[in-house]
Amino acid sequence: MFNLVFFAALRERLGCSQLQWPVRAACVNDLISELQAQGEPWQSALARPDLLCARNQTMCSRHTDIKEGDEIAFFPPVTGG
Amino acid sequence: MQTVIRVQEQPFNPAEEYSLRPPAPECGALVTFIGTVRELAGEHLHCLTLEHYPGMTEKALQTITADAHQRWKLTDITVIHRIGRLEVNDPIVLVSVGSAHRADAFAACEFIMDFLKTQAPFWKKETTAQSDHWVEAKDSDQQALRRW
Repeated sequence: MFNLVFFAALRERLGCSQLQWPVRAACVNDLISELQAQGEPWQSALARPDLLCARNQTMCSRHTDIKEGDEIAFFPPVTGG
Repeated sequence: MQTVIRVQEQPFNPAEEYSLRPPAPECGALVTFIGTVRELAGEHLHCLTLEHYPGMTEKALQTITADAHQRWKLTDITVIHRIGRLEVNDPIVLVSVGSAHRADAFAACEFIMDFLKTQAPFWKKETTAQSDHWVEAKDSDQQALRRW
């Protein structure tokens, strides 16, 4: 399984902070498509072009390969400091 | 070289941080930046709530401070970032950088802040009497990275 985590405005929009998701997708992009296939609010919330992602707590691109046991995070641009 | 990274709910006191952990003897210049909660332009900010991604936050800050150490000759780096509920004037973040001479400390302090603002997974939510909303990231923060 993938451990999916969501933060901030995205977490609120999805009404979901964490999700166990079966491993089918080979890269982040495929995973986003699978999640979006669930319909709204996933479809539009994950369509934002500025959506950021991290694999095992390191920022990654949408082309990054993912595998069993990975923690994949999705979140909006960061606003700390 | 000393590096301290802390992410905490508790307030911090810059003077106390200095006296508890003075810079290394080789340090001749200590540049400290403190980011504080700013009042809104048109209405009163009731509070600011900071969310973060536990684990990744510390990892991102470690990467940023390690990069700063690679780039400049530094004696000390302290990064403290608060999470949770804050009010106007509260310190949010402290970045303190020491080096033998001031040029490296000034540059590294700006470098760390520029990367913290774009790479460390923190998010701010503003609450007013009327509503609450998530703060949007600024393009100017992304542009600030280009100078490095």
